[in-house]
Amino acid sequence: MKLLIIEDEQGLRDNIVQFLSKEQYIVEAAVDFHSAMEKVSLYDYDCILLDVGLPDGDGLNLLKALKSKRKRDNVIIISAKDSLDDKLEGLELGADDYLTKPFHLAELNARIKAVLRRKALGGRNVVTLNNMELDFDGRVLTIDGIDIHLNRKEFDILAFFVVNKNRLIHKSALAEHVWGDHMDNADNFDFIYSQIKNLRKKLKNYGANLEIQAIYGVGYKLTV
Amino acid sequence: MKLLNHTLLYLSASLVFILSIWAVIFYFSMMDEVYDSIDDGIANYKILIIKKARQDTTLLNKRNFGESNYAIRPIERENALRATEVFKDTAMYMEYEEEFELVRMLTTYFSTDDNRYYELKIIASMVEEDDLVADLLHALLWLYLAVIASAFIINNWVLRKIWRPFYQLQHELRGFRLGEDKVFNPPQTKVSEFRDMNNTVAELLKANIAVFQNQKHFIENASHELQTPLAISLNKLELLLEQIQGEDTQAQLLANAIQHLERMTRLNKSLLLLSKIENKQFSKEEYVDFNVRLQQQIEDFSELLQYKRINLAVAEQARLKLLFNVDLADVLISNLLKNAIVHNHEEGRIDITVTTNGFEIANTGKAQALEPEKIFTRFYRSTDYPSSTGLGLAIVKAIAQRYQANVAYRYDGGMHRIVFSTRQLI
Repeated sequence: MKLLIIEDEQGLRDNIVQFLSKEQYIVEAAVDFHSAMEKVSLYDYDCILLDVGLPDGDGLNLLKALKSKRKRDNVIIISAKDSLDDKLEGLELGADDYLTKPFHLAELNARIKAVLRRKALGGRNVVTLNNMELDFDGRVLTIDGIDIHLNRKEFDILAFFVVNKNRLIHKSALAEHVWGDHMDNADNFDFIYSQIKNLRKKLKNYGANLEIQAIYGVGYKLTV
Repeated sequence: MKLLNHTLLYLSASLVFILSIWAVIFYFSMMDEVYDSIDDGIANYKILIIKKARQDTTLLNKRNFGESNYAIRPIERENALRATEVFKDTAMYMEYEEEFELVRMLTTYFSTDDNRYYELKIIASMVEEDDLVADLLHALLWLYLAVIASAFIINNWVLRKIWRPFYQLQHELRGFRLGEDKVFNPPQTKVSEFRDMNNTVAELLKANIAVFQNQKHFIENASHELQTPLAISLNKLELLLEQIQGEDTQAQLLANAIQHLERMTRLNKSLLLLSKIENKQFSKEEYVDFNVRLQQQIEDFSELLQYKRINLAVAEQARLKLLFNVDLADVLISNLLKNAIVHNHEEGRIDITVTTNGFEIANTGKAQALEPEKIFTRFYRSTDYPSSTGLGLAIVKAIAQRYQANVAYRYDGGMHRIVFSTRQLI
């Protein structure tokens, strides 16, 4: 998988490159509009992370150019503007997703994987992990071929763990992914813990071959 | 007290004083003139009588006033020479009025050619002083009333006309709100005082608007510029956390730092949201079904509600559909719901009532009323929840203001109640 990161802020660019290197992607970076244009017209990428606020041009124009050339690169917009109009405009222009700064790297990872999954041949939006299969479209979990009932939030939690497997996930990244802005109080982390306890119990009962490890005061980690 | 009444009050008080003095002076000068005139008449009459008496001696025997208004009686020479002519007021019985009335009487002395001396008394009817005073007072009272009445009418008319620019300015100012994109139009006037005042006010407002805009832009820019460094540091810490791995104290310190950066991010986002609401950047509106939105949000909070074992009941007394921005409607509802959950205790209660013009969210919690005028201000928060941004209800208020709606808090029946009510006609 080949990724292009278009981001003028060096700090952010480095973070993303460093984080994604663990995922066995080929990661390239562009620092401004012109070098990005050059890269996208020369090569094809599976996923482009596009910061729309570039110093020498509007990132959305790059998206337009991409679509007018009928390139099939998937695009995730990264913006400091949490404005719905921008979001809608980006998505209407053909972006696959929209992420507002600041974001958790685990969240970015989940978004990239979702985009790549949809793009993958066969079109089956499914992730397999040991004896477990997650169907993202049907939102169904099967372990050893048996359908397991998970509620909406439990599925979201598990999916987030699965795409970020073997990574330490900070509890607030998880909270934000699953509950969005609804969860923003420290006292709610107990609540997350209780949700994960339920999920763990279910996974254990059906003999899932994985473990969700809680790291006190920090977060969680799914180890396979 | 209105300006008009003020003027009238001062005017009527000073008029009482002025008119009283005027009445006294007027009375005395008039009486003086009356005496003068009557005395002149009597003096003239005296000369005529004396002339006639010298020709017709029968007149000298007229001892009583009778039908005419003079009487003559002889006196001693010495007495006559000693006496002087006097005018005096005296009373006399009047047949017509059937009572004693004041008359003016001249007592004088004369001698005939044969050296006999006589005393001549001439009377003339006088102005009736008590009647005069009464009449004068009466007239004065009417004058006073007439002056006040006309002052009232003229003042009213003049005030209305002359002060029109003032009232217009007042009206303009009353409708003016800092932060609304309304241009301030000072009323046009030819009166230089008002023109000065208008210009002063206009300049003052201009300066204020500029300061306000600057401040707003500053908050916006500051929050916006903070996003990227926040993002970078947050991600760097996450990367570091991954490298450390494990349950040691360093990881916990890092996690803690991340948590606080998160809080800062939320604060920042809330500030940006507030600015956006105030800048009316959520312009797209449609009819939003609040009943549906409420149910959806309750669903989103269901696990949390379960976890805290909070009993939530919704009474949908009506269907609430308002012309609203969907996202703001969601922010409004979720902030209020979150508020009701966070500030609740375990096994508490939340009662939601939807009516035709709004909804009420009531929750159990601390058994103590909060300060209604403070809870909607920015950065107001209870000490029990130090991690909250203190902006949730400020955002609610801003959204309500954006839609000319009202949010109010009260503590009633052991529950904290926040009522959102709109004036929108559906």
